[in-house]
Amino acid sequence: MITFTINGKKRTYKGLAFKRLIDVLREDFALTGTKEGCGEGECGACTVLVDDLPATSCLIPIGQMQGRAIETVENLGRPDKLHPLQKSFLKHGGSQCGFCTPGILMSASRLQTKKHSGIRKAMAGHLCRCTGYQQIVDSIRNK
Amino acid sequence: MTVLGPRTGSEAVALYEKNPQAIPLAGGTDLMVAWNRGTLNHKTILDLSAVREWRAIAKTETGVLIGSLLPLSELQKDPVIFEKFPLLVQAASIVGAWQIQNRATLAGNIANASPAGDTFPPLVVYEAVVHTVSPHGPRSIPVREVFAGVKKTTLGPGELIASIELPFLKQNPDRQLFRKVGGRAAMTISKTAAAGLLWLKPDGAVKELRFALGSMAPTVRRLRAAEKFVKGKKLTPEIVSEALELLKKDVSPIDDWRSTIEYRLRVSQNLLEAFLLGHVPQR
Ligand SMILES: Cc1cc2nc3c(=O)[nH]c(=O)nc-3n(C[C@H](O)[C@H](O)[C@H](O)COP(=O)(O)OP(=O)(O)OC[C@H]3O[C@@H](n4cnc5c(N)ncnc54)[C@H](O)[C@@H]3O)c2cc1C
Ligand code: FES
Ligand code: FES
Repeated sequence: MITFTINGKKRTYKGLAFKRLIDVLREDFALTGTKEGCGEGECGACTVLVDDLPATSCLIPIGQMQGRAIETVENLGRPDKLHPLQKSFLKHGGSQCGFCTPGILMSASRLQTKKHSGIRKAMAGHLCRCTGYQQIVDSIRNK
Repeated sequence: MTVLGPRTGSEAVALYEKNPQAIPLAGGTDLMVAWNRGTLNHKTILDLSAVREWRAIAKTETGVLIGSLLPLSELQKDPVIFEKFPLLVQAASIVGAWQIQNRATLAGNIANASPAGDTFPPLVVYEAVVHTVSPHGPRSIPVREVFAGVKKTTLGPGELIASIELPFLKQNPDRQLFRKVGGRAAMTISKTAAAGLLWLKPDGAVKELRFALGSMAPTVRRLRAAEKFVKGKKLTPEIVSEALELLKKDVSPIDDWRSTIEYRLRVSQNLLEAFLLGHVPQR
């Protein structure tokens, strides 16, 4: 049995130790905000926070999450109470189809810098097929 | 699939000895890609991630010991490593991207032994030492001797990396360089990666050059011929162009879908040229 927290709530998991974190989130806990793009660590769509740091959940076996704090996009804001980043993404067109957005929001929520180059570097592990990135950088900078 | 979860270094060694077919797991950024492809089905996994003693950074009078399980993002935050081994910090900061560096370890990068391991050129010019443990006891291996070929190491059965030691340089280098050339700013496999350290005498002649290239041979390579050739010489354009010719002696780049032999050679030579002629900005 593995115990951890998801979005601040204590959770236990009793299945296979090598199930991927993304599958546990989506299938066992019905948290489908986290998306799978590549399944190889390359696109960043599946990024969640583990102990406050962004990590790609497609590369994490759930067995390694014992005692860890996991945070997903569901915890960032709600439709009636958006996180400042989410408001900014709406305002600046930082999201189109939205598939990359949950992962991008999770990384951006931990970003310390407002500098253009710092944002570009920290967010370089996220692919977006729609926006052309500039709107994403604008959204993060002007939140 | 069986997962073994040791909590101490000695437990890890004991479990590995009992299960010699087990595959060690650290941050999983290499192994989970294999798992997702199905190539690890029914294997036994030795999950090292709970071995706390291998997560630390220790400083001695002669150098820094980096625990094998320390994530690359932590390594970059250490003030002593940042000051004394900036090339390793730069390399760590371009492995994958932020989300990868929060999980990936230096030991995992080494044990995976990809020809394109980006930390290897810095590790080799800093002449790092890999400390291992096994049922036969501890062993200290110069990092270049760990690599045996593409994805092959000289680690024996039951042998695990406990830490990586970076010996302090006797003197600060006059020039240093790390540069990765790839197809994308992040999450990219290097076409070539270079690390260089240069010490000059007061008259401008070379006291010592250390220069290493990754992705240019089955394993990381020090440019022994060029290093030896420039020693004691002033770096005139003529000497530098001879050194660029000698670069070829220590590498054997390949054509693949990522790049061509010509491109890899040219870019590597350009990097060495810029470094030797002093055209690389120093911080
Ligand atoms: C999207 C993506 C981008 C990447 N980009 C880069 C890049 O730019 N540059 C680069 O160099 N690499 C890159 N990598 C590869 C990988 O992230 C690194 O090699 C990383 O350092 C591996 O560390 P890990 O802890 O995740 O290793 P794991 O996946 O846990 O293990 C890797 C190998 O090392 C062995 N191992 C781990 N720890 C030990 C130990 N203590 N003793 C003995 N054997 C051990 C394992 O058995 C396995 O064979 C990338 C990977 C992904 C998924
Ligand atoms: S789905 Fe995990 S990084 Fe692409
Ligand atoms: S908004 Fe469609 S992939 Fe980014």
